[in-house]
Amino acid sequence: MNAPFAVTRRQFLKTGGALVVGFSFAGSIAEAMGQSMPFEPRDFKSVDAWLAIDGSGRVTVYSGHVELGTGVETALTQMVADELDVPFSVVSIIQGDTLLTPDQGPTWGSLTIQVAGLQLRKAAACAKRAMLALATKELGAASGDLEIQNGVVSGAGKHITYATLAKRRALQVPFDEKVELKKPDAFRIVGKSIARVDIPGKVTGEFTYMQDFKVRGMLHGRVVRPAAMQARLESVDDAAARKISGFVRTVVKGNFVGVVAKTEWGAIKAMEAIRCKWSNWSGLPPMDQVYATVKKTRIEQTITPMKEGDAAGALATAAKRLTATYEYPVQTHGSIGPSCSIADVRRDRALIWSASQSTHWTQRQIAKMLSMKPEQVRIIYLEGAGCYGRNGHEDATADAVVLSQAIGRPVRVQWMRQDEHGWDPKSPPYVADLEGGLDAGGNVRAWNFVTWLPYRIGGAVDVPMLAEDLVHGGAAIQTSGNMNAGTMESDAKPPYAFPNVLSTVHKLATTPFRPSWLRSPGRMQNTYANECFMDELAAAAGADPVDFRLKHLKDERGAHCIATCAKAAGWQTRPSPNKETATGDVVTGRGFTYVFYDNARTYVSAVCEVEVNRRNGLVRATRFVIGHDCGLVINPDGVRAQIEGGIIQTLSRTLIEEVKWDASRVTSLDWASYPIVTFNAVPKIEITLIDRPDQPAWGAGEPICAAVPSALANAIFDATGARMRTAPYTPDRVKAALARL
Amino acid sequence: MKTLTLQVNGNGRQVTAEPDTPLLYVLRNDLNLKGPRFGCGLGQCGACTVIIDGKATRSCITPLSTVGGKAVTTLEGLGSTQRLHRIQKAFIDAQAAQCGYCINGMIMTAKAFLDQNPRPSEGDVRRALAGNLCRCGTHPRIVDAVMRAAQEA
Repeated sequence: MNAPFAVTRRQFLKTGGALVVGFSFAGSIAEAMGQSMPFEPRDFKSVDAWLAIDGSGRVTVYSGHVELGTGVETALTQMVADELDVPFSVVSIIQGDTLLTPDQGPTWGSLTIQVAGLQLRKAAACAKRAMLALATKELGAASGDLEIQNGVVSGAGKHITYATLAKRRALQVPFDEKVELKKPDAFRIVGKSIARVDIPGKVTGEFTYMQDFKVRGMLHGRVVRPAAMQARLESVDDAAARKISGFVRTVVKGNFVGVVAKTEWGAIKAMEAIRCKWSNWSGLPPMDQVYATVKKTRIEQTITPMKEGDAAGALATAAKRLTATYEYPVQTHGSIGPSCSIADVRRDRALIWSASQSTHWTQRQIAKMLSMKPEQVRIIYLEGAGCYGRNGHEDATADAVVLSQAIGRPVRVQWMRQDEHGWDPKSPPYVADLEGGLDAGGNVRAWNFVTWLPYRIGGAVDVPMLAEDLVHGGAAIQTSGNMNAGTMESDAKPPYAFPNVLSTVHKLATTPFRPSWLRSPGRMQNTYANECFMDELAAAAGADPVDFRLKHLKDERGAHCIATCAKAAGWQTRPSPNKETATGDVVTGRGFTYVFYDNARTYVSAVCEVEVNRRNGLVRATRFVIGHDCGLVINPDGVRAQIEGGIIQTLSRTLIEEVKWDASRVTSLDWASYPIVTFNAVPKIEITLIDRPDQPAWGAGEPICAAVPSALANAIFDATGARMRTAPYTPDRVKAALARL
Repeated sequence: MKTLTLQVNGNGRQVTAEPDTPLLYVLRNDLNLKGPRFGCGLGQCGACTVIIDGKATRSCITPLSTVGGKAVTTLEGLGSTQRLHRIQKAFIDAQAAQCGYCINGMIMTAKAFLDQNPRPSEGDVRRALAGNLCRCGTHPRIVDAVMRAAQEA
């Protein structure tokens, strides 16, 4: 038990590696995040990240970013191996361990390849340069006469391996932000569809997920959730639970009620057997009034991400004027494996295993809970089920900490399905009002966008832990103050060059559910509103949706992405809706969408084809054609997998997903009440990757998601003439939209 | 607590547990077989799927007391990274996993299905897997993998 704490990082590296490169990630992350992103550089702690080469030639990378099931472990390995000129197979990555890895911030925002990966490439380049310098002395040759291949430096008829160089001399070199990187034509591993390193273990049961991990002497814990979201605990009766085989103890602290048992089944049965009395609370807005409630919420702050010309003035004089309101529902992360963690809390330290996507932030939060210093808390990352944002992994970690601290033993907590669906933080309700004006020539003269989002200032804003709040007698969850739903104002400005634009974001004092980021937070919803409205303006102008976008775009790379996608799809130039197919129950249509993610990176164009059954309101996406430009592509198959997954997941969110609740709590607590799409709903997907090896590598997990809701809505309009302005596009909503025609 | 012998992956294994314990917890916690996974505990998602007497079965809602004498096969019983089953190999060839948490259920359901339907159409495969949930959106690759496995049989 002492071992994991007794070793310091420096000692670890001394034994683990001979060559160490240290550097700071702070500057470039802030840069990549851009103006609209949450982080201000001063909020970043400059912590060194490390890369080591040991005496056997093995390369160990210490990455604060973690594999969440997207394939970044493989892609980062490719980047390091290529830059360092070693075989792919000798590189391994330690991820997320708070003792061993740098705090690069959470693994979020599709920034792992773009930011962390670039830094790792630079570290590898620094290491290679140091190896070369050492080799010139060892081989007595000028560096220009040496070449490196597979970790062997050779020249002047001699050669020496990295392994030998590493054995002879430990070397520390400073990280050089300006180190020269490999030219694209020299790539050997980058740009290839290398098979993912984690898949063989995942298809055989040999891979160890967080949910699989065990610690000697570990007990099993479960948590009893309040009967209402902000109910107070009045009494606990655990008489029946005590009779369950394996029962160890009921833990009650403030409003937190948990149970610990020797077996997992014993813990589950005891949890179900405990009878709690909770105070009444019924403060949630009615579901059918949620968007009205959002608009009526007190405004804490108003920002204008874009203000050009005089939008109000231009609207007043427009030849044609349109307005529309778009609504996107409260949604849950819906991880297939409920959140899980193991905590071993001692008097002066805590050792924790967690699938948190932000172990360093979680370390800080847990240390605060335990009144410890962060360095007294070590979190070791183990991959869990995909989280798609900040789901419940961190809360399960806090649950395990509370239970372990109470009983003085290591405790494993895995959430039940109702915990995950009911109590993970939610993507907040979204509503946007748009107004647009066309001139007589069918050009957009004015654009006015307004949305309402949970209030947030600053960078590293924690999503509060359920357990911490409950323990302190709090009302279960924070739904006010400084909330982190993930920079949802990003992409509030349209990607087009309009003469008069105003984008307004009202930051709200409260929101119904504890918010957090869910894949493509805000960017997806804002793009939904903007790109649907762009389509409405195109139709009002009688223009083809692709031509209309190109006419208003002043970005050549974006225009190339649009043209590539339209060509691949066999796009036929004509305005929407399509009057020719409008007979019979089932009608077909096509929709177009364009995304410039964060207004700063990754271009996506999408054509979606749908079938709409006008009798029963069922929508089926039959085909997606994607043009995708994320610059340098590290692993083409990996990018394709992300695009496929993003399409299907967002299709699910847009067609059927909506958290349901009554006045007191979430009521969609399983997959029957909160379904996701299955195999029969999956469309044909065709992807064109626009590879730009000479350009920076941008993210690919999120941008595609932003394209899906509007592509789908625009296709439904093309098929039927009906506009879908509220998601999900359930059969009832589709039928209602058709009835309004 | 009751002690009974289970036939798991061709071996007799003795376990001591409450008879109402779902098979899933016995496999994972007592027999160290982590292929089957807890997803919902409600039989809705399929992550816990094992094969019992040739039938794909949700182990999270299968009480231990009902399993005695029946042959249980888990993901580990199909193959290992050293000796891959053709379905496992097909999933690797198709790179048919993202987070991979649901993949146990996909492979085990596909195994029981292919045993009965060795020459399925793509539509057959989609229907056979319709009760298994995947959140990452790996569906097209999963169908591709099962079709590859069928073709290699």
